[in-house]
Amino acid sequence: MTQSKALRPYLLAAPQTLVFLFGLVLPIAVILIVSFWNFNGIATTPGFTLRHYIGIFTSPAYLSTYINTLKFAFLVWLVCVLISYPVAYYLAFRIKSTKWQTILFLICTVPFLTSNIIRMISWIPFLGREGLINKALMGLQIVDRPVEMFLFSDFAVILAMVHLYCLFMIAPIFNSMMKIDRALISAAEDLGASAFNIQKRIILPLSAPGIAIGTIFVVTLVMGEFATMRLMSGGKSSSVGYLIKNQIDSLQYPAAAANAIVLLTLTLLIVFAILRVVDIRKQL
Amino acid sequence: MTIDARKTLVNGATAVQATDIQHALANAAAWVSLRQVTKKYGPVTAVENVTLDIPAGSYCCLLGPSGCGKTTVLRMIAGHEEITSGDVLIGDRRVNNIPAAKRNTSMMFQSYALFPHMTVWQNIEFGLEMQNISAQERKARVGEMLELVGLSHLGDRKSSQLSGGQQQRIALARSLVTRPQVLMLDEPLSALDENLRVQMRTELRRIQKQFGMTFVQVTHHTEEAFSLSDRVVVMSQGRLDQVATPAEMFRLPASQFVAKFMGDNNIFQGKVLHCAPDPGTGMDVIELGVEGIGSLYSRGYAVPVGSMAACSIRPDLMQIEPYPNAASEKPTPRANHITARIVSIEMTGYVTRVVLMEEKTGKELLYKSPTTAWETGSYAEGQLVTLRWSEGNCVFLPH
Repeated sequence: MTQSKALRPYLLAAPQTLVFLFGLVLPIAVILIVSFWNFNGIATTPGFTLRHYIGIFTSPAYLSTYINTLKFAFLVWLVCVLISYPVAYYLAFRIKSTKWQTILFLICTVPFLTSNIIRMISWIPFLGREGLINKALMGLQIVDRPVEMFLFSDFAVILAMVHLYCLFMIAPIFNSMMKIDRALISAAEDLGASAFNIQKRIILPLSAPGIAIGTIFVVTLVMGEFATMRLMSGGKSSSVGYLIKNQIDSLQYPAAAANAIVLLTLTLLIVFAILRVVDIRKQL
Repeated sequence: MTIDARKTLVNGATAVQATDIQHALANAAAWVSLRQVTKKYGPVTAVENVTLDIPAGSYCCLLGPSGCGKTTVLRMIAGHEEITSGDVLIGDRRVNNIPAAKRNTSMMFQSYALFPHMTVWQNIEFGLEMQNISAQERKARVGEMLELVGLSHLGDRKSSQLSGGQQQRIALARSLVTRPQVLMLDEPLSALDENLRVQMRTELRRIQKQFGMTFVQVTHHTEEAFSLSDRVVVMSQGRLDQVATPAEMFRLPASQFVAKFMGDNNIFQGKVLHCAPDPGTGMDVIELGVEGIGSLYSRGYAVPVGSMAACSIRPDLMQIEPYPNAASEKPTPRANHITARIVSIEMTGYVTRVVLMEEKTGKELLYKSPTTAWETGSYAEGQLVTLRWSEGNCVFLPH
């Protein structure tokens, strides 16, 4: 009786622990081990070599892919913040009725009712050479030749990623802003603060934890991207995720594993850097 | 914090002979005037036709139950609420369309509304920064304010690391540092425990007097309003019920609502049977027919015979005696008396409260006596007694 009681907490924690072990710890351990194995161009054999890691850090092609990935992560993050902060502010502070807040927030989530591949593909007839935008621009005689840069370009990649991930930024910022005591705004007004100063001194610092959580979501998602990159850049740009996918397709498992480990480490470093700057515990 | 530490703080605060701030704040004090102010939220009228003058340098409490419109009045003076009609004047300025930031008023919020991401020092400094005051002067004035509230040693703390009483002081310092003409306080003491509340009450009054500032405070606590104010404004359902000094209001409540809100008053409703001038007082003696009890006499101002009205007697102004009593005939024809049974006796400390019931009507009555006086008597629960009071102590309430 007492023994079964003592075991109870472990039993209750067991399912979660097993999922965690087999779904996260074990796969990452396997990837880590495989990243040190040998590859002779045809077969993978167990062993210990740092060749794949050295390759990543010495090959200009690899390095530029990493830089490209970071560039997209930064640009997508920037656009997401610039869009999400005003949207969240409007929802949280300007919409007074809870009913409308809920309705408008649900509207923000509507794009998520379709799969992200479909959402991406739906941009193609819109942005393409013969797409809606080019037709409209030509019809209005703003341009006399279809603009090529809309589709299969960095612009298209960023557009699609912002479309995919913006909600992950809006939601936490909105959540942070809803927690701000409205009396603080009245108090700041009372003390003579202008609308700009209220944003800068009160609302922005108090929604920083939300921005940090949104940043973690967006950055980790973009760092691992490969489908959007492939589809929207038309193969012109590459990301580490896409590189890993290609290496797997050509059965270069150890190199893919090494890239995965480096990408994971890089992403975790960014997350830790964010956590050092902003205390997000209050939001959880 | 220990009680000793608190005492040191209070004494420390009192010791500050703040001459500069004192002059600056006293010069700043302004009168506030509301002229036929009405506030509507859609079809709901929150404040109706309120006209009120608050003299410069006075402490005024708006007293009433929740939802009576007192906070709305305060927020309209401060500029956090639009005025539907009427005028609000501060000093000689009509401020209806002037935003809160430019009214030279300051508000202390119920929850204190300290900025949680800033230190105590930054909180107090914020208002000065917004007024573009030089760093040097900011430093001097923030230091001065912290000293005034006795918390100089806590400047670097975050506001969340402070106790309720300390937060309250910081909120006060933050509101005073900009030298407002009027300080608005929205239930400033409601979040504190009883002992601290009484202590902070004294301190608020001291600071108000020391600086000769205009304070307007909202409270639902009668004792708090009485102990703080030069003038108490009782509100109910968006209207003013009575504006008077605490002593006046305690002695002569103007309406049944005020009499009830002050608590404990015995109120009898009935029909006016007769009015006659009361020689020497300039008032009238009014005979009220109370169903099941008979005639009760009170003093007030005549109203038409036959109208419905009420009278109120304070529980400490009645006399109690055993029933039946040889001397139980009426001493004068207009004295009141009632026979009732003691339901319970509650010794609450200095005062003993006696709850009684008039048996024919089931009306509950309250009698209060200083505990020392009560102990000399020999009354027991369940005993039948006679309560007497003179018509001069009984206040006529026309509505």
